[in-house]
Amino acid sequence: MSPRIALAVARRVLRQLQRDPRTIALVLVVPPVLLTLLKYAFDQDPSAFQQVGGPLVGLFPFITMFLVTSITMLRERTSGTLERLMSMPLAKLDLLFGYAIAFAALATVQAAIATAVAFGLLDLHVAGSTVVVGLLAVGNAVLGMSLGLFVSAFARTEFQAVQFMPAFVFPQLLLCGLFVPRDQMAPALEAISYALPLTYAFDALQRVTVDGSLGTAGIVDVVVTIGVTLAALALGAVTLRRRTA
Amino acid sequence: MAAGSAISVAGLRVRRGGKPVLHDLSFEVPRGRITGLLGPSGCGKSTLMRAIVGVQIVEAGRVDVLGEPAGSPPLRRLVSYVTQAPSVYGDLSVRENLEFFARVLGEPAHRVEEVIETVSLGEHVDQPVGNLSGGQRSRVSLGTALLGEPQLLVLDEPTVGLDPVLRRELWETFAKIAAGGATLLVSSHVMDEADHCDELLLMRDGRLLAIETPVSLRERTGKQGLEEAFLALIEEAGAA
Repeated sequence: MSPRIALAVARRVLRQLQRDPRTIALVLVVPPVLLTLLKYAFDQDPSAFQQVGGPLVGLFPFITMFLVTSITMLRERTSGTLERLMSMPLAKLDLLFGYAIAFAALATVQAAIATAVAFGLLDLHVAGSTVVVGLLAVGNAVLGMSLGLFVSAFARTEFQAVQFMPAFVFPQLLLCGLFVPRDQMAPALEAISYALPLTYAFDALQRVTVDGSLGTAGIVDVVVTIGVTLAALALGAVTLRRRTA
Repeated sequence: MAAGSAISVAGLRVRRGGKPVLHDLSFEVPRGRITGLLGPSGCGKSTLMRAIVGVQIVEAGRVDVLGEPAGSPPLRRLVSYVTQAPSVYGDLSVRENLEFFARVLGEPAHRVEEVIETVSLGEHVDQPVGNLSGGQRSRVSLGTALLGEPQLLVLDEPTVGLDPVLRRELWETFAKIAAGGATLLVSSHVMDEADHCDELLLMRDGRLLAIETPVSLRERTGKQGLEEAFLALIEEAGAA
């Protein structure tokens, strides 16, 4: 493990993002635009926007980072640069932490803009601290990133990587409690929801936005989310092979 | 293993996609020399190089590099590998690519400038690698392998698609690196290039036809052109 190498990787990934201003613009602009759409879609029912707006601010970074990371890592695999890095004195975790640092930085900007627009311009109110919502958003971005890194190992083309989004992310969004409270789902689905990481991410956000603070249960959610993030990073490291057929 | 060998291969067998690609190879590559790995496309040159670098899963046999098993952690600093397809970041400039790999290796910034000079990319340093020609891109890839002062350079077809002047310059660079004590293993499917090498490994269909110097190859086959000498070897192997 070497912080020097992790930072070199982070710098390089940020530099690559910098070369792609359109992606940065999409990452930063799309969440506030969607929140604005949501607000006016619920024009006759402002309470609905108040209810889902807060958690959504915290979930957008998860979705974007999942997608951006799985494609960036897939490119690293297909361009041969991953094989080159694997033949160099570099620990697999240096590479993964480098990615984590870079995307967490991007997610911080993304979350800051989304929270500023939602709470400043769109008149969204949450019971708890907007800063905690922002911090959870960054944590969820890192969760999305680590899952994206892991699943990128199973995609051979960018088409496949993009399809992992509806395959991995949508079911989690449907079952996390955002659309329907989990206790109102078919019992089998409720049981499944306990196995999905986004359920815990959403639960923590809901506790802050509705109850006003994380509380013990919310802290358990955060611990589970961090655990899943680390587990996905470890599994991601396993998929980085120094020797291939 | 013979004393002083840079690479020592014994009974190496590799399968890819269920088919045998390398059949029971055994040979030694001397240190501080340029060894050419020659043979037609598809004969297993790249697979052999991958096995030497330690990124190839092998079926059987032993590959030692600089006295350590191929791919072992101490070798990651000593062995540099350039794949046939340039493995660099197309969206970054020449300098940014080299700076990144230099940081990973912990090399000082002035090494980047030296390498840019060596691979003659001074005019293109700030251009994205993706906008460069194929030959320029492969020089960026080669440049990254020169960072970190490796003791063994494994170069897979580094001169393909380069103009003759540049090709000669690169071979001069290789000779300089070898004179500095490093070992080079350079593959090519063009027999003309064999004359730049001290030692030749001639391959066909996953088997080693010969390992000898260009001079002795000419003497033994009685052919002046190395291409013809190679053909003579194939006939000889077929007759045996």
